[in-house]
Amino acid sequence: MNPVRAVGRSVLGLLRTAGRVALFGGKGLAAALTPPMFLGQFGRQVLAIGYFSLPVVGLTAVFTGAALALNIYTGGGRFNAEQIMPQIVALGITRELGPVLAALMLAGRVSAAIAAEIGAMRATEQIDALETLSTDPFRYLIAPRLLAAILTLPLLTAVADTIGIAGGWLVATASLNFNPALYVQNTWSFLQSWDVVSGLIKAAVFGFLVALMGCFHGYYASGGARGVGRATTHAVVSAAILVFASDYLMTSVFSRGL
Amino acid sequence: MTDEAPPKLEWRGVKKRFQGRVVLDGLDLAVPRGRSLVIIGGSGQGKSVTIKIAIGLLRPDAGEVRVDGRDVTRLRGAERRDLSREFGMLFQSAALFDSLTVWENVAFRLLNADRVPRAEARARALEALSRVGLGPNVAQQSPGELSGGMQKRVGLARAVVSQPEIIFFDEPTTGLDPITADVINDLIVEQVRRLGCTAVSITHDMASARKIADEIAMLHEGRIVWRGAAADIDRSGNPYVEQFINGRADGPIKGAV
Repeated sequence: MNPVRAVGRSVLGLLRTAGRVALFGGKGLAAALTPPMFLGQFGRQVLAIGYFSLPVVGLTAVFTGAALALNIYTGGGRFNAEQIMPQIVALGITRELGPVLAALMLAGRVSAAIAAEIGAMRATEQIDALETLSTDPFRYLIAPRLLAAILTLPLLTAVADTIGIAGGWLVATASLNFNPALYVQNTWSFLQSWDVVSGLIKAAVFGFLVALMGCFHGYYASGGARGVGRATTHAVVSAAILVFASDYLMTSVFSRGL
Repeated sequence: MTDEAPPKLEWRGVKKRFQGRVVLDGLDLAVPRGRSLVIIGGSGQGKSVTIKIAIGLLRPDAGEVRVDGRDVTRLRGAERRDLSREFGMLFQSAALFDSLTVWENVAFRLLNADRVPRAEARARALEALSRVGLGPNVAQQSPGELSGGMQKRVGLARAVVSQPEIIFFDEPTTGLDPITADVINDLIVEQVRRLGCTAVSITHDMASARKIADEIAMLHEGRIVWRGAAADIDRSGNPYVEQFINGRADGPIKGAV
């Protein structure tokens, strides 16, 4: 086959998908921000997306914080900079690892679950049934999930930040002979509010992307059980990639601006 | 045309193709108000597409759909959802929401689109459930706990609860044993008669078609090849109909197997 044609076809396919995702996301956001809202559905999603993700996000954060502290301590030792480990850990967690890891856990846990649930609803005609019952699937299914993820991922990130720093503190005090009070004081006096806030802004965007990927792939799932499986895989993979890509973009914008 | 009421529902020259394959090829069909039309035809002949186009789940490539003489083909969004208040639909798989209880399924439109208070919606759902022979003990259950026949009953209750003017039945007896199927057929006839509504069903189950139809239309390769009173189905003189109702492998219809 003509290689130019193959490249052209895949570029066009990519652009078409990007356009569909953008339209879908815009429609979902519009439904999320204007009445009527389905508060019961929203509450259910806050629980499913936010509350029930707490254990997995917390566990990820504590181990990452601990490992990060060890790495920075040994690495910093090469140029006698072990003592600024608490500050580096705090910076790394709040600006980068807290939001990104929370988002990745959500990509695995939540966007897969959303894609599977909505995909199964598509396969069993439940989405068609919504339409025939005069209910907009975007308002009933998509908007509550987008909104719940946008609002709860920053909260999860705040928890991850705290637990991550605590993980570093645990290692530092238990095996690296740091003074517990001094560690906390160093972290606290060094951190600027923007470090935390920029991470929380990232988290809100990640939340939108993760829920959007689950909703989009589930909504357009076709081909029965296999189709739902495919939708789930695509949701997780694309959510993870979008988290990393948008993380870089936002970091570069934030670091230029401030 | 002036003194004659327009048909309740009408397909005019409807065409639809999927990825180059023609499914509906200029479908013309009208259902008078208060009549029950059953569309028969083999699998893959466009029966489901015909219904999905009528209720707006699919958009035709050409032609139009009229309700009470009004072209509704291009209605979208809120206007479409307003129109669908006149419709009820029983899906082939019942399509009950598995995250909700049985009564919340039946009351779904009342609760979510009409914003009826919960207590009133529940009372109306229980009444609709009792009409299809299900007691209040079933109302609290989850649809997944019910048998196929009971799910169909719940789907029927959901389709009739807000007193639609047109009800669509998509393969209402598929997957049911003959006795349960007959119970569902009886319930369909009873509910349609009680509401005095127009009914459009698709099926390949001839026992069901004979029971619920006033009129029968046969769909083959995207067009209506025969249409007549249900009582005349056995003397249609149409080779397609004869082959279909007798379930013969030879004839003008080529099996897809």
